[in-house]
Amino acid sequence: MLKARISAPARARPGEIISIKTLISHPMETGNRRNSLGARIPRNILTEFVCLYNGRQAFRAELHPAIAANPFLAFHLRADASGTLEFRWTDQDGEVTTETRDLVVEP
Amino acid sequence: MITRRDWLTGAAAITGYSLLPMPLSATPADMQKAMRQAFGDSPISTGRVALTLPALAENGNSVRLSVAVDSPMTEKDHVEFIQLFAEANPLPDIARFELVALSGRAEIETRIRLAAEQRVVAVAGMNDGSLWSGSASIVVTIAACLEGLI
Amino acid sequence: MSSNRSCGITAHSLMLALLAVAAACEMPGTGVASESEPTRTLTQALSGYEFQAEDTQALQDDPFANPGMLWVDQGQELWRDAGSADEPSCSSCHGESGDSMRGVAARYPAYDAETQSLLNIEGRINHCREKHQQQSPYAYESAELLALSAFVAHQSRGMPIDVFIDGPARTFFDSGQSYFYERRGQMNLACHHCHERNVGRMLRGDRLSQGQPTGYPAYRLEWQTLGSLHRRLRFCNVGVRAEPFSAGAPEYVNLELFLTWRARGLKVDAPAVRR
Repeated sequence: MLKARISAPARARPGEIISIKTLISHPMETGNRRNSLGARIPRNILTEFVCLYNGRQAFRAELHPAIAANPFLAFHLRADASGTLEFRWTDQDGEVTTETRDLVVEP
Repeated sequence: MITRRDWLTGAAAITGYSLLPMPLSATPADMQKAMRQAFGDSPISTGRVALTLPALAENGNSVRLSVAVDSPMTEKDHVEFIQLFAEANPLPDIARFELVALSGRAEIETRIRLAAEQRVVAVAGMNDGSLWSGSASIVVTIAACLEGLI
Repeated sequence: MSSNRSCGITAHSLMLALLAVAAACEMPGTGVASESEPTRTLTQALSGYEFQAEDTQALQDDPFANPGMLWVDQGQELWRDAGSADEPSCSSCHGESGDSMRGVAARYPAYDAETQSLLNIEGRINHCREKHQQQSPYAYESAELLALSAFVAHQSRGMPIDVFIDGPARTFFDSGQSYFYERRGQMNLACHHCHERNVGRMLRGDRLSQGQPTGYPAYRLEWQTLGSLHRRLRFCNVGVRAEPFSAGAPEYVNLELFLTWRARGLKVDAPAVRR
């Protein structure tokens, strides 16, 4: 199970643009490196990140080996309703890591 | 099949001496090709995209990158995607970000790998179909003491 | 991405750069272990943080961007996990709060009367694990030991370092101090030559730091992962073409005590980010 760290506010005013930061433990092995015996280390990367806001896709990223190990992504959302933020990372084999955060939106 | 290149880099890993800088390396032409694959012949205008990299990176393994696109991010007028390309990495693709009006602000930060001194390009696609781009150049220094020596 | 690329030209020109340092250091090392009160060669101690680029410092300072914090989180989980139903977890004795170990890392390595040995944080964790949890010790550079030591060290963030070198600790300290000033390897360089006599000067793309241990376990961009101080020391030994000890070796724990004493007054900043 990958470890994720998320910075997202618990509360926002309607229409407020909030900042989200996400960090997840993953080597993002490029497939270009070799071990000390000269054998190629196979590629092992996260390929997709999605943020769903009450089920609607608010942000999505396709990731390539050029993303640094332990991927960091910071982006924004316009708070329009209370509900759930779901963060979903998918690796090259389809393995999914999910985290959720509640967001209360009120004036 | 073992190519000469494979053999050399394999031998390098064993001896601790590398004869080739990288197993693979893209060129500016590869980046142009990747961009053509992504956008076909659609014209890409320069502007509206601010790509920020440090002028100099201490280590190419993790370089802060931020990209901001000038857009009101409304239903009528917003950024649909931002795609990042590297001129001299093993592969030209870095990432593709998809946004919607709900994203609120077309501003993203991440950390990327850069194999060498090069130019990085960001292309933003708007909901009206227009493409805009911005770029930044960076020098990547090589540290004195690298564990690859062990 | 780095390992192949990093050799070749690098190995050769690093050698030239280090030889230049060696040539600039013809004076023999000055520090000699003695019974009298030791003195610090450096007039002003500077954390490794001061030698990083602004972006690297910013990465360290943001707990939601600093990748080392992933290990701290993992460490907190291990802290609460007993491993087996019959044995206590770390938190059974030391509390769950996540700040019950505040200040501990600032006082380590420390002499342990029971084993009559010098223990660093990693050694203390493994000692507890064997004695109180009846578990085999973690391998030195294992993900688990890095996570637990990062969790413990992080709780002392911002606290000034102050280790004890008197009494039974003194022998270990003296041996660590001697190591620091002794020339070694094909380059014939002591730690002292780079990290005291040439501090601030460029060694290829790097500005030589004082070799302060305040931020370990640290996330090095070069490693693309968290690593222990001993991993860094091994890497220093290889840099001067000396035979490294294994991580966790008593020689390195002794050196760690000397380095930590030398860093007294500096603040713990683990998990640091270094290039």
